[in-house]
Amino acid sequence: MRIVVASGKGGTGKTTIATSLALGLAGDGSAPPPIFVDCDVEAPNAHLFLKPLFEQSQPIGIMIPVVDEALCTHCGKCAEVCAYHAIAVLGQKTLVFPQLCHGCGSCTALCPEKAISERLDPIGVIERGPALEGIDFRRGLLDVGKPMSVPIIRALQKQVTPRPGQTVILDAPPGTSCPVVAAMQGADYLLLVTEPTPFGLHDLRLAAEVARELGIPTGVIVNRDNGPYPDLETFCRSSGLPILLRIPFERAIAEGIAQGKNLVEIQPEYGERFRQMFHQVVRGEKA
Amino acid sequence: MKQLVILSGKGGTGKTSLAAAFAHLAHEGSIPVRAVLADADVDAANLELVLHPELMETHDFTGGSLAVIDPQLCQGCGDCERACRFDAILPGLPYQVDAIACEGCAACVYQCPEEAIRMEPQTAGQWRRSESRYGPLFHADLKPAQENSGKLVTLVKQQARLAALDGDYPLLIVDGPPGIGCPVISALSGADLALIVAEPTAAGVHDMQRILETAAHFRIPALVCVNKADLYPEAARQIEAFCRERGLELVGSIPFDETVTLAMMNGEPVTAFNPESPASREIIAVWQNMLAALAIQPIPKVKEMT
Amino acid sequence: MKIVLSVTAPGIEAPIDPRFGRGATLLVVDTDTMQADAHPNPGVNASGGAGVQAAQFAAGQKAEAVISGDFGPNAFDALKAAGVAMYLYGDCQTARQAIERFQAGQLQQVGAPTQSGHHG
Repeated sequence: MRIVVASGKGGTGKTTIATSLALGLAGDGSAPPPIFVDCDVEAPNAHLFLKPLFEQSQPIGIMIPVVDEALCTHCGKCAEVCAYHAIAVLGQKTLVFPQLCHGCGSCTALCPEKAISERLDPIGVIERGPALEGIDFRRGLLDVGKPMSVPIIRALQKQVTPRPGQTVILDAPPGTSCPVVAAMQGADYLLLVTEPTPFGLHDLRLAAEVARELGIPTGVIVNRDNGPYPDLETFCRSSGLPILLRIPFERAIAEGIAQGKNLVEIQPEYGERFRQMFHQVVRGEKA
Repeated sequence: MKQLVILSGKGGTGKTSLAAAFAHLAHEGSIPVRAVLADADVDAANLELVLHPELMETHDFTGGSLAVIDPQLCQGCGDCERACRFDAILPGLPYQVDAIACEGCAACVYQCPEEAIRMEPQTAGQWRRSESRYGPLFHADLKPAQENSGKLVTLVKQQARLAALDGDYPLLIVDGPPGIGCPVISALSGADLALIVAEPTAAGVHDMQRILETAAHFRIPALVCVNKADLYPEAARQIEAFCRERGLELVGSIPFDETVTLAMMNGEPVTAFNPESPASREIIAVWQNMLAALAIQPIPKVKEMT
Repeated sequence: MKIVLSVTAPGIEAPIDPRFGRGATLLVVDTDTMQADAHPNPGVNASGGAGVQAAQFAAGQKAEAVISGDFGPNAFDALKAAGVAMYLYGDCQTARQAIERFQAGQLQQVGAPTQSGHHG
């Protein structure tokens, strides 16, 4: 089973929930420890809580064009077919703009002189290694100054091949646009983490809409719960989103997380609570 | 005209609460500064929830294009699938396009021997101009699951910038998105100053370093303020030490204060909701430091709100 | 010589537009005759690479110089490769004013990008 933890708003506690769920399942003993994938490649934090020992590192990039000026006749075909204006013919020069290139290969394929080859333009890395409780930990890391995070998330997704009975937990980036969708692709279940505030609810609505568009069954976890927030309850009820877990606002929890501890470490009973929630979700999906 | 962008790397550190307070202080603070406001978090735009602006205009935003296969013309040869590097073509008769995976590159269009594929521009969202009680607000909504959020950020900022230039506004305040990727780079572009809102947590320190590196990469000067500063004093000290080491100015330490959440629940900037609260007092000091750093006014004395 | 300017409307009296890639109109001015031809900016609706397209247009017009309010890194690299000189409007209000100051040598020439990039 592939579970994605997401939320429209940033800072609602996605990583706290995802890492605590992973530890809860790892402590179960009846199944292999889960695979954990940190898909928030712009601001990855799960390693701070699961403390992996990275053993493998693999550069990720996109294939960008390299123009052989000796063969190029400056006919302009490459610039004409590029949807991103990442290649331009200016007088007697053909220039490539790596920051704009999506690596689609059209210029390479359509150059009448076969003057274009390709090279890997690195945009980040994927790292992998064992973490706490035998969790198989992977994360992506976008290089500073590079705009496109999606190719790294797609590469992470492609490399996930769980053993039978092994759960995969993916920690998604915040927001509702392409990197989030890339993280949600292929999910069997989506956990949306929210907080009971107007910002939290507003962004939960958007994230729930993405989930509906992708057709992924979804449940809600209310974090920093400090009493009833009727608007949130009403929204979840009317949208058919079950509230699976409420984590109260407690200064002890906030301080523990600030120090890089996960929920299971701060209050061990959360291990069992997350396991129960997981089994409830699995039962719901089988039913 | 000066452009101030508020960023954090990590989400949920209080960017929007701070941006709303700045909008209020620019308008009603001890040194009024006319400011245009822009919400550059187009994935999850929240500034309007605090500013309650009156909507003036809405425009469609055309993002990228999407490949569409004509089922009548498709012969099922599979050339499109082989041309696509984004796994966006699903085999079958006719072949189909996975609209979410499609990058809009048109590689399939060029390879289809039947000329059965065309590109269709997509409405990816909307941008709006509103009037808030503190000044004009430019904001946008990206449709869920859309691409091109960076382009929409650029569009929102360009409109805000033109309005600021037209109306002779001395300041543009941009509430930025989380992360360090495409929309953040668009939000940073052209800024005179970035204020990084750091959270004193293990994750917050890590992400603050990444966004500071990003600002430095694009040569945008950055200042740091710590929010919820007393949550975990050790991380707050780490942030201070990091800033000292890099020669970065720490322009404020906003204490953890329930009033910030209460103000949000009431849909008001915290400095308007309760100017005497501990967080408000420190935000007022941060704001004065911002004005000084932007050289919008001579360095003012920190004084109480009236 | 030919100069390309980013403006908001056709005509030599057009108000300037500080955006090179996304200004509504590119004005091609022949400084010998002061004839001004207006062209829609090809970059204005681009989903990225607007500066590159505007630069390609200027190079295609065989312009020797462009005047605008800002040049991002992509537009800068493209114009530099094409051998087109870049100048900044400063506080000019109209295209005519900018041409006059250009001819008087009063406009600042650009030696590096004036903005960090935009991304789609």
